[in-house]
Amino acid sequence: MRLAEHANQDVANNASNIGALVSFVGQVRDMNDGDSINTLTLEHYPEMTEKALLGIESEAKNRWDIIGSLIIHRVGTLKPLDQIVLVAVTSAHRGEAFKACEFIMDYLKTSAPFWKKESTNQGERWVDAKLSDDAAKARWK
Amino acid sequence: MNINILYFARIKESVNYSSENLDLPSDVKTVTALKNHLSLRGENWANLFNGKQVVRAAINHTLVDDLAAINAGDEVAFFPPVTGG
Repeated sequence: MRLAEHANQDVANNASNIGALVSFVGQVRDMNDGDSINTLTLEHYPEMTEKALLGIESEAKNRWDIIGSLIIHRVGTLKPLDQIVLVAVTSAHRGEAFKACEFIMDYLKTSAPFWKKESTNQGERWVDAKLSDDAAKARWK
Repeated sequence: MNINILYFARIKESVNYSSENLDLPSDVKTVTALKNHLSLRGENWANLFNGKQVVRAAINHTLVDDLAAINAGDEVAFFPPVTGG
C-alpha cells in the first residue's frame, strides 16, 4: 500500500495556540449503485497529485486562519471498511478548521488526480465522476 | 519536437498505453492538435478524442484546456474526470 501525503505543518504538534482539530476520514463502502463491492482500487498520478494537494492546502490557508493541515490518501487496492482518505486541520477556533477541512475534501474530490475502480460480482468498473461533487466544489467560489 | 505522454485510468485501458515518448510533427503545437494527431492512429484513439467522453489534459502536472500550447520536453497527460476521496 502506498500513500500520497502532504502536510503543511504537523497537525499533531503541541502548539498552545491550537484550540481546534477537525478531521475527516473517508472509508470504502460495501455497496455502490446497487452492487456489492469486493475491492476498490485507487490509481493516481503521483507528481500531479503532490502538486494538487499542495495547491489545495495552500488555498485553504489563504482563505481561513488555520494553523496546520494534513492530507493522507491511500492508493492501491482497498476493501470495504478500509480508510481511503484523512484530512485534518488545526486552528485557534473551530469554525475555521471545520470550513477548511470541508473545503479541502471538496477540492480533493474534484481536482486531485485519483481514480477509483470497483470490483463487484459483475466484474470491474471505473467509477464515474459525480455532478454532486462539482456542485460541492462550486459552493466555495 | 519531442514530448512524453502519460495515460491514466480508463483512458490508459482503452488505448492500451500507459506512457510513450513521441516526436511531434511541427504543426502539432496545442492539446487539440495533439488529440487530432493521436486520433489518426485508429478507431479506439479516434473514439477517445471524438468529444463524446470527457478527456482532461495536464501539461507538466497542471490541468490545462485544449488551447494550451505544447513545448518540447513537456509531459502531457490524458485522463478522465477524477474520482478520489
